[in-house]
Amino acid sequence: MIHRMKRRHLLAAALAVPLAFGALAKDAGAESVLRVIPHADLKNLDPIWTTAYISRNHGYLIYDTLFAMDENFVPHPQMVDTWDTSEDGLVWTFTLRDGLKFHDGAPVTSADVIASLERWGKRDGMGQQLFANTASLEAKDDKTFVLTLSGPYGLVLESIGKISSNVPFIMPARVAATDPFEQITDFTGSGPFVFQSDEWVPGSTVVYTKFADYVPRDEPVSAASGGKVAKVDKVIWTYFPDQTTAMNALMAGEVDFFEQPSPDLAPLIATNPDITVEINDPLGGIGFARFNHLLPPFDDADVRRAAIMAMNQEDYMAAAVGDPVYWRTCYSVYPCGTPLENEAGSEVMKTASVEAAKEALAKTGYDGTPVVIMQPTDIPLLSAFSLVTAEKLRNAGFTVDMQAMDWSTLTSRRASREPVENGGWNLFHTWWIGADVIDPMAIAFSGNPDAGWFGWAQDAELEEARSAFARAATPEERKEIAAKVQERLWAIGASGQLGQFFSPVAYRNNVTGLIKSPVQFFWNIAVE
Amino acid sequence: MLRYVLLRILSTIPVMVIVALFVFLMLRLAPGDPAAVIAGDYATAEDVARIREQLGLSDPIVVQFFRWVGSLMQGDLGISIFSGKPVSELIAQRIEPTLMLALTTITFAVLVAVPLGTLAAFKAGSWIDRFVMLFSVGGFSIPVFVLGYILIYIFSMTLKILPVQGYRSPFTDGLGPFLLHIALPSVTLSVIFIALISRMTRASVIEVLEEDYIRTARAKGQSEYNILIHHALRNAAVPVVTVIGIGIALLIGGVVVTESVFNIPGLGRLVLDAVLARDYPIIQGLILFFSFIYIVINLLIDLSYTLFDPRIRY
Repeated sequence: MIHRMKRRHLLAAALAVPLAFGALAKDAGAESVLRVIPHADLKNLDPIWTTAYISRNHGYLIYDTLFAMDENFVPHPQMVDTWDTSEDGLVWTFTLRDGLKFHDGAPVTSADVIASLERWGKRDGMGQQLFANTASLEAKDDKTFVLTLSGPYGLVLESIGKISSNVPFIMPARVAATDPFEQITDFTGSGPFVFQSDEWVPGSTVVYTKFADYVPRDEPVSAASGGKVAKVDKVIWTYFPDQTTAMNALMAGEVDFFEQPSPDLAPLIATNPDITVEINDPLGGIGFARFNHLLPPFDDADVRRAAIMAMNQEDYMAAAVGDPVYWRTCYSVYPCGTPLENEAGSEVMKTASVEAAKEALAKTGYDGTPVVIMQPTDIPLLSAFSLVTAEKLRNAGFTVDMQAMDWSTLTSRRASREPVENGGWNLFHTWWIGADVIDPMAIAFSGNPDAGWFGWAQDAELEEARSAFARAATPEERKEIAAKVQERLWAIGASGQLGQFFSPVAYRNNVTGLIKSPVQFFWNIAVE
Repeated sequence: MLRYVLLRILSTIPVMVIVALFVFLMLRLAPGDPAAVIAGDYATAEDVARIREQLGLSDPIVVQFFRWVGSLMQGDLGISIFSGKPVSELIAQRIEPTLMLALTTITFAVLVAVPLGTLAAFKAGSWIDRFVMLFSVGGFSIPVFVLGYILIYIFSMTLKILPVQGYRSPFTDGLGPFLLHIALPSVTLSVIFIALISRMTRASVIEVLEEDYIRTARAKGQSEYNILIHHALRNAAVPVVTVIGIGIALLIGGVVVTESVFNIPGLGRLVLDAVLARDYPIIQGLILFFSFIYIVINLLIDLSYTLFDPRIRY
């Protein structure tokens, strides 16, 4: 009897173990799942409240837009079906496509669109400019709305079709009624995927499921434009704080897609024949050294230009990015490879000579005032930029005071306009994704210290040129004005530009349909 | 005994108040501003100020403190600035992986370290003893992330028998997936505790083996096995239990590296992310929570002494 019981227990155990371990394979059921390592943790879910790129990517999954940029940065209709403008270009009438629905089944109406645009217009820079030039935005009927401008403005479609943060996503009117400085709490979307709020674990996991009632456009996909066809049933984002673990998980087949492996890991990942490593973002990022124009010594344009002369893009890129496959020099303030790329006035950046910088600095009367560089040690790329700048400036004759801190402290301190002894600063580094500095309207190029970006450049001529760009009617006119803006930016030494770099993506070979774009989209991707 | 337990529980109140005050002030006096992080690169100073206003961060510190304490009194740990989720919900989401990691680690460490330490003490001066001490020094010296990567390379990438990362719940995913996913992190993390507990056990047992009552037991003809297990080990248990208890407390609050290397969504990572983003309510809530765990574990350790040493009475 005892013997029989033991045998029975053994049998049960033998059955139980594979059953229990077999539960591991339960994800591999009938539904198709795209398992993604996103570039950052999704900390908040309101892409209008925050400019974080990860929140923008989340927004693209669950919301749709009125217009969307193609790969040549030309806006195309997305939720809009037809539109026309009055002869004087002041009255724009838009009609929505048939079949547009929110995730709760309600139809998308003009009232939803107007509420969404108004909320976006209170937070986004381009949105603020559009509304500053708007006389009225009114619903004509449930599917038609009319935008009436108060004066000539050439960037209407570029604004409502902008590709990066803050993107004018269309939300239900009740959601868009939320104060733009408060987070939304209702995540009913209008896009191809539905956010599963009960499965969201901040710092770890985000789950999206296909929205069965989404009606994609018929046009082929091109960057953000074209048909957004959800080809998987589920997209799961799992955030990995450790790059090496993320790489191992991809190589072991535990995930399908790694959005932003660091360039130094890319060669190792590429040795795996089951994985493709490639550059998916044609614009990449642009390194920036930002001066504080309010405080000495960088309140003097000649001193700023002397500092820029010492900056050699190749040194920055070699130190911070490494493999030349993933970077290139670029002396246009607009990303190289985009329509407005030019080299007007960029000789100062091309100098790349400490000797020349030393000579130029000697002529300025620089009195040895220490330059406080804020070094964010928790962001390797920016930390490396800071180290290179410190060495270049020291060699050029500047007195440098390098102050290490975390990025969070830096973001707080850079908002200070106070003198250095009261918590101010002289220089910090950052990068912009290419799509954010694609034209003169970017806040990085502002010359208005009251509404401009940290560092607070002041130049009336620059602001006049930026305003002219907004009014320009033709691409040729825009290109000409963009070059003028660039010339002025270099003339006043607004910022140092440290090179254009590209983050690769890595994915297993069973993943197909990636869209080339500065933003990572998840429609059109299939897992075979 | 009951009176002692009640007094100890009551004594946690002033400790928690001091911790709350200290944490609150430390965070407010430290540089960094969550509003600036939220506002991002495009924000103007006015945007940042508006967000600060909305978050209640522009109120005087005293007002903010009493507002927080008022919520605490109602059992509300606050709302995360970034995710908008209640801190208690975030802790509830993360506590299971951390607790399971701590329990499996300590269980494994105790199962290995106590026999190892006892053996080393019994064979003090022998090659076994030297080996245990060598292992102990090695366990203290090798960084957790180095060992973690080595084990991942061997068991996940080369032999392909264990997953690289992640956590599966024994309650919802089954025991098998749970054990497969927890094996490498537990072994990695347990090495340092095996080193610590085996050293402590060895030292404690050696001390006890020199006591008069051990000599008496030997004189009465007790077997060495009996002496070691029933007399020496039990009397050596008090310091060992203390180390184990402190180990559990440390594991709950301090496994951020292991959680990162094995991508386990636990409390360690939650607190690190919160610190980097200056998500004040999460940091405050978690530190209070960790303090409470420390106090409870210390109380349990003190009470457990009575099981091992009948002379101890409360």
